[in-house]
Amino acid sequence: MRQLVQMFAAVFIVAFGLMYATSLLNSSQGYSGGNTLTIYNWGDYIDPDLLAEFEEESGVKVIYQTFDSNEAMMTKIEQGGTTFDISVPSEYAISKMKEENLLLPIDHSKLPNLKHIDERFMNLSFDPDNEYSVPYFWGTVGIVYNPDLLEGEAPTSWNDLWDPSLRNNILLVDGAREVIGFGLNSLRYSLNDTNEDHLQEAKRKLDALTPNVKAIVGDEIKMLLANEEAAVGVVWSGDASEIMTENEKLDYVVPEEGSNLWFDNMVIPKTARNIEGAYAFMNFMLEPEHAARNAEYVGYSTPNKEALALLPEDISGDTRFYPSPELTEKLEVYDNLGKKMLAHYNELFLEFKMHRK
Amino acid sequence: MVTKARNLYLIPYAMWIALFVIAPIVLIVYYSFFDVNGAFTFDNYAKFFTPVYLRMTFNSFWYALLITFFSLLVAYPTAYLLTRTKHKQLWLLLIILPSWINLLLKAYAFIGLFGTYGLTNAVLETLGIGTQQILFTDFSFVFVSVYIFIPFMVLPIYNALEELNPTLVYASRDLGASWWTTFRRVVFPLTLDGVKSGAQAVFIPALSLFMITRLIAGNRVITLGTAIEQHFLVTQDWGMGATIAVFLIIAMALIMLVTGNRR
Repeated sequence: MRQLVQMFAAVFIVAFGLMYATSLLNSSQGYSGGNTLTIYNWGDYIDPDLLAEFEEESGVKVIYQTFDSNEAMMTKIEQGGTTFDISVPSEYAISKMKEENLLLPIDHSKLPNLKHIDERFMNLSFDPDNEYSVPYFWGTVGIVYNPDLLEGEAPTSWNDLWDPSLRNNILLVDGAREVIGFGLNSLRYSLNDTNEDHLQEAKRKLDALTPNVKAIVGDEIKMLLANEEAAVGVVWSGDASEIMTENEKLDYVVPEEGSNLWFDNMVIPKTARNIEGAYAFMNFMLEPEHAARNAEYVGYSTPNKEALALLPEDISGDTRFYPSPELTEKLEVYDNLGKKMLAHYNELFLEFKMHRK
Repeated sequence: MVTKARNLYLIPYAMWIALFVIAPIVLIVYYSFFDVNGAFTFDNYAKFFTPVYLRMTFNSFWYALLITFFSLLVAYPTAYLLTRTKHKQLWLLLIILPSWINLLLKAYAFIGLFGTYGLTNAVLETLGIGTQQILFTDFSFVFVSVYIFIPFMVLPIYNALEELNPTLVYASRDLGASWWTTFRRVVFPLTLDGVKSGAQAVFIPALSLFMITRLIAGNRVITLGTAIEQHFLVTQDWGMGATIAVFLIIAMALIMLVTGNRR
């Protein structure tokens, strides 16, 4: 009996000891209550120097945590537990989080630097009047290719992917909306199409692509393409710019049929504690000089038009990442299709993956 | 008094089982009756019996079977040789050592080794065979899985062989049995229990492999584990994910029953 009590006591002592140690550690590093700001962002998606500068300027201690998918991020915010003050979801995730009341409205009067954002990227369908979100980066989905490994011409359209010369030479990113989306785009349908016949047609068309597909992978796609594991890859523009820094032979193209235009916007999740800090941080990142440095570091396209003017000509004039207005018109933002339709897209994607050569 | 104290000692164990074994299973079964919008439904079960999921189930079993078979093929001779070596514990440690390394790291290492410009292809090139596609094939998937599972197969077989009374082997040889007959009629039947537990330890986790299906097989192999991962993380269709998990649990229970020791 005594042994049992001792056992329980030991467990409690260890547990409380750990809790105490954690709080001691946190306070010794300045991580306590009001003067910390917890940022929940995609991995490698900010210039770390800017974080340090922000800490110095504002006196706020930044805790930087990362996620690798919108879904994982939403799940974590839904559960509560951790107090995230800022997060950077993509557009469809923002409308979903809005529906589920996971976001706090944003007071524009506290963000004087919001005026630097290009009109084109404000007041979009996923967040009318930018009531809940502020643009951070935007980009496209397109084709990265390696001219050295190509037998035919460089691809300019989605339909070029079906060329027999690309047999077993294409890598696809593991995203249902991206892959079904370009299937729909190649048939000149909208990538938000919910018409069952169109979706089945796109699925059949994608099945015909199977002999050309070498693999469907996640983040590894960057490493694999840079290592010349395949001639062609379907990726997000940001990944493309990273791949092209790794291996300069590669090039990127936004297919002529049109493609996806995506946004990652800053939001204040309902778990936020340090709301003043969150505004200060957003305003700091909207400052043209900071936004320009961040865009140069991350390689994605900045929605900040003053920042764009500050960027060197070889970045801001690059039509691959800042496409011409004619092409931009053909780009579509993902609509929030609702859970049921999204599940259907995923089901079709799963069937496509299972289709054997 | 003594039994009372003993019962008290059972409390932590019972709580553990209730919280971490029974409760999760109950939750999985519970979730499997709800659709994406949270309405009660049996549709998930109906959906499991559509060709897509049945083929996925068949695939999972087929690959798990292949993985178990090849693991056994490598592990049995290895375990046998281990019992004959001088520094048994050292060799055993060397075989177990890789299982201490994170699975993801090992998978990434294989991407490098099997890549078009990787070490394996460099060797094939010098041998005059020429570059082959190794990564993202069935071969690489089975190979890497076997590599990962081998320690789990070697250990039980090694233990069974260690327990084997060597005099039985001598007797068999004395009575004129050939080496092969001795193995087939004496050694193998007596170590069958080890083989069974090894097969369990490999087949069951192999059924629900994911991650490797993407990293090494490039999503060209789709198993039930991959589908569960996708339903929970991407689609957020927890109901369907849970339904697949229910069928996996049933399958595993059946395997335990079939390969279990009837004593």
